[in-house]
Amino acid sequence: MSNSDDKTQAVSEKTVETSDRPGGSSKGIIVLCFFIGLAASLAFGWGVFPKLLYSRKQQPIDFNHSLHAGVVSNGCESCHFLRDDGAYSGAPKLAQCIDCHQDVQGNSPEEAKFVDQYVKKGIEVPWLVYARQPACVFFSHAAHIKAAKMDCVTCHGKIGESEHLKVYEQNRISGYSRDIEGASLINMLGFKKHTWDRMKMDDCSECHQKQKAVMGSVQTQKEGCFVCHK
Amino acid sequence: MKIDRRSFLSLGIGAAAGTALSPLPWKLMDDVSIWTQNWPWTPVPAAGESTYVNSVCTLCPGSCGITVRKVDDRGVKIEGMKGHPVNQGGICMLGLAGLQLLYAPDRIKTPLKRSGKRGDGNWISITWDQAISEVAGKLKELRANGQAHTVAGITGSGPNTVSRLFKRLLTAFGSPNFFTTPSMDSSYRLALQMMNGAPPDAITPGFDLENADFILSFGSGLLDGWGSPVHMFRTNTAWRKTQARVIQIEPRLSRTAAKADRWIAITPGSEAALALGIAHVLISESLYRKEFVDNYTSGFEGVVNATGELQKGFKQHVLEKFSPKTVSELTGLDPAAIILLAREFAKAKAPIALFGKGQGKQPGSMDEALSIHALNALVGVINQKGGIYALPAPDYPGWPAIPPDPIADSGVKQPRIDGASSDAFSRLNQLPSAVLSGKPYPLNALLVMEANPLYTMPDSKSVQEAFDKIPFVVSFSSFMDETARNADLILPNHVYLERHEDAPLPEGFSRPVISLSKAVFKPLYKTQHVGDTLILLAKGLGSSIAEALSWKDFDTCLKQAMGDKMDTLQKTGYWTDPNAVFPDGKMTFATPSGKFEFASSAFCPGFTPVKIEGDATYPLVLIPCDTMRLASGDTANPPFDTKIVEETILLHQASLIEINPKTALSQGLSENDRVLLQTPRGQANVLVHLEEGIMPGVIALPRGLGHTAYDDYIAGKGVNLNRLMGPVADPLSGLDAAWGIKAKLSKA
Ligand code: SF4
Repeated sequence: MSNSDDKTQAVSEKTVETSDRPGGSSKGIIVLCFFIGLAASLAFGWGVFPKLLYSRKQQPIDFNHSLHAGVVSNGCESCHFLRDDGAYSGAPKLAQCIDCHQDVQGNSPEEAKFVDQYVKKGIEVPWLVYARQPACVFFSHAAHIKAAKMDCVTCHGKIGESEHLKVYEQNRISGYSRDIEGASLINMLGFKKHTWDRMKMDDCSECHQKQKAVMGSVQTQKEGCFVCHK
Repeated sequence: MKIDRRSFLSLGIGAAAGTALSPLPWKLMDDVSIWTQNWPWTPVPAAGESTYVNSVCTLCPGSCGITVRKVDDRGVKIEGMKGHPVNQGGICMLGLAGLQLLYAPDRIKTPLKRSGKRGDGNWISITWDQAISEVAGKLKELRANGQAHTVAGITGSGPNTVSRLFKRLLTAFGSPNFFTTPSMDSSYRLALQMMNGAPPDAITPGFDLENADFILSFGSGLLDGWGSPVHMFRTNTAWRKTQARVIQIEPRLSRTAAKADRWIAITPGSEAALALGIAHVLISESLYRKEFVDNYTSGFEGVVNATGELQKGFKQHVLEKFSPKTVSELTGLDPAAIILLAREFAKAKAPIALFGKGQGKQPGSMDEALSIHALNALVGVINQKGGIYALPAPDYPGWPAIPPDPIADSGVKQPRIDGASSDAFSRLNQLPSAVLSGKPYPLNALLVMEANPLYTMPDSKSVQEAFDKIPFVVSFSSFMDETARNADLILPNHVYLERHEDAPLPEGFSRPVISLSKAVFKPLYKTQHVGDTLILLAKGLGSSIAEALSWKDFDTCLKQAMGDKMDTLQKTGYWTDPNAVFPDGKMTFATPSGKFEFASSAFCPGFTPVKIEGDATYPLVLIPCDTMRLASGDTANPPFDTKIVEETILLHQASLIEINPKTALSQGLSENDRVLLQTPRGQANVLVHLEEGIMPGVIALPRGLGHTAYDDYIAGKGVNLNRLMGPVADPLSGLDAAWGIKAKLSKA
């Protein structure tokens, strides 16, 4: 019997304690906690996480596009040209630079660095390519600039007018360049002002659909994953 | 304020809601899925500029033109070169897998010096200067002691400039012991020398197979790598169009036999008898081409011997000894079948009989070579369209004479260690026994270039013993092959894609072609073109030797050797004689009689069975077989190609022997049984593969497996057939004539 008595007593004590606490204040704290959690995670998700996700690297040489664009005769294609077989040459090799930069020309420390560390040693500059699509994608520059007569700015923006190279940001997980994924968070979500704000698959298809451009393979006229993907 | 459980939960819910409203989970999900599409460990060819370089494949004697696709400096694909006269854009799987040799992990990256016991695989890297001075020092010492002739050199390269330079080095040094790797080509050249009367160095056999319409192949693996393999595949396709007929005579249903119009299985080793049996029918039924035989041949009716007496000629010899009935007993073929075959052969417009078993890597018996060549003469296809030409070797502008030197002169006058009369028919097969017996003299140094005798020569055990007896072995190999492993010094050559050199005379082709091998890639490691190594060695040896090889480097030497052909070679990648002097219908022969000789006082085609090794305790006969999927010569099979070898040849790591179900039944064996295969020369564990397409009593094992050196991707796969074989010297050529060996099986 004594057991049963003890239980009854314990229960009644607990009830008393609870009813003693003022209900209003408890609810307030709960709501407050909710908002604290919400705010903190929003701040982390929107503010900290995007910074953590990308590694930031400086280009080996701070190249001045605008300066060079003024000197060359054929615009972007002077250095970024299509090879004879239609392949795109990408970032220039030393071979294209040494005609002028066999020795230091001006007084830019970046040029001096370029000549000393790369030209003289015959080492190619390991440029970080902002716009490189991943290895699983077929992309042909020739089809876009020759057949569709697009200009460079449409996809690459006004990099040709820049005086410095921006920091290269790379997604630590996917390995993509920030320029492919979207320059800002808003761009990432697909809201873009410029074509070059983001260059993911949706952006390819958006343009192809809008322009009613070739939708399938040039060779087979068929559509499907393997038209663009390896 | 106290935070209780509820508040904490609420904080969590808030955080979850906030996270869901932030890009974090969605972006992470997207990134992870993208990551799975771009796994960093999946090899992706580097981006860069694609270029194509034309060159030539020298992995087999085929000499196909190749086009190598590169992305920047990385080779990504080898294709057949369009428009090349030999292969017309085609390529075989060995040529295709060549990049695996360039990038192979077992490439030798610097000169190496043995540091432990020979063959233990302990090496120290040395500089090129040290390597050259070590070799030159050792050779100088031998030369000073009057032992210049006790140095030998083996080359596996064809008759190209590097080989000629190697020979020149040995001659200037004072050694008569220059060895080439013998093959069916050696026997063909000897047959042409004996019957057509051509000097051995200046002649190569040419086969106008495209224009033949009846191909009587005595075991030649026309689709298994005989001659220039890609060219043979193309020719076979052409034959289907022209309705040429292919008759394959072979004890097993090889791929060639399976694709032939008729497959005739005869007792192995009786090919010469069958050829003479066919000759018997041609003669007795007057089916041979009299116009040719009467006007341009001698030795048919009779032979005048040295003392002026008239002896029996080829005709009488054949009529007496090789009636269809006798030949039937020797070959196991029905007499009627022999007669029928002979009639068909004679009636064809452009018949041709071919010699050289399988890929033609073995010289074979001279009886066979001569009888088969005589058969071609009987149907008059010597120097004729669709027949066999004796082609003049392309003439290389002469190098200046080697400056006279008393040591060299007395050295080269010494007898060759293999007993051969000249290096035109060197007998590599005789080298091991000569070394082991120390007669006529002990061998003190051996230089090996582009050859792997420890793997490719029959009876590997005695070859190994012979090697162990040679005090100084130098290998120029690019790979850690069996021979390099057993060397004292390795002076690594570039691999073929890094070498600038000539590749003359594709085997089994109709006309002389020289192709230019370009240095498609900059050397990946500290290797050196063996031509340059030889020139540096000569410099190190000094005096008249340095003078004999006084070129600045190998490129200069090659340029001089190619003369005015170099321009064309560099432009198109190959050279063919612009005024192609096809000896079509050219019926002058350089024999003593001035005619084609069926027989002479020195020889008459006959049939003496080659006595293969083994007594009655070995009830079976083991024969080698070849397949396109296995490289069996100096080049090891690249892993890509081993992957495509059928499971009836290599199952996991075990070789399979082909055996007729009847024979298997009598031995109580069934498919995939593990058995011990024994021959008088060695034994090996193999698996059984039952195959209706092999004659009862005969078992076959493919060549090209069972490497013990190289790397994990090449070594330890199957059994090296050569370990089980025993060489038999041909009485005429002195070369290996063994076509098989006796064997027995027991359950393991
Ligand atoms: S056939 Fe010989 S030469 Fe031709 S690609 Fe194949 S291995 Fe090379």
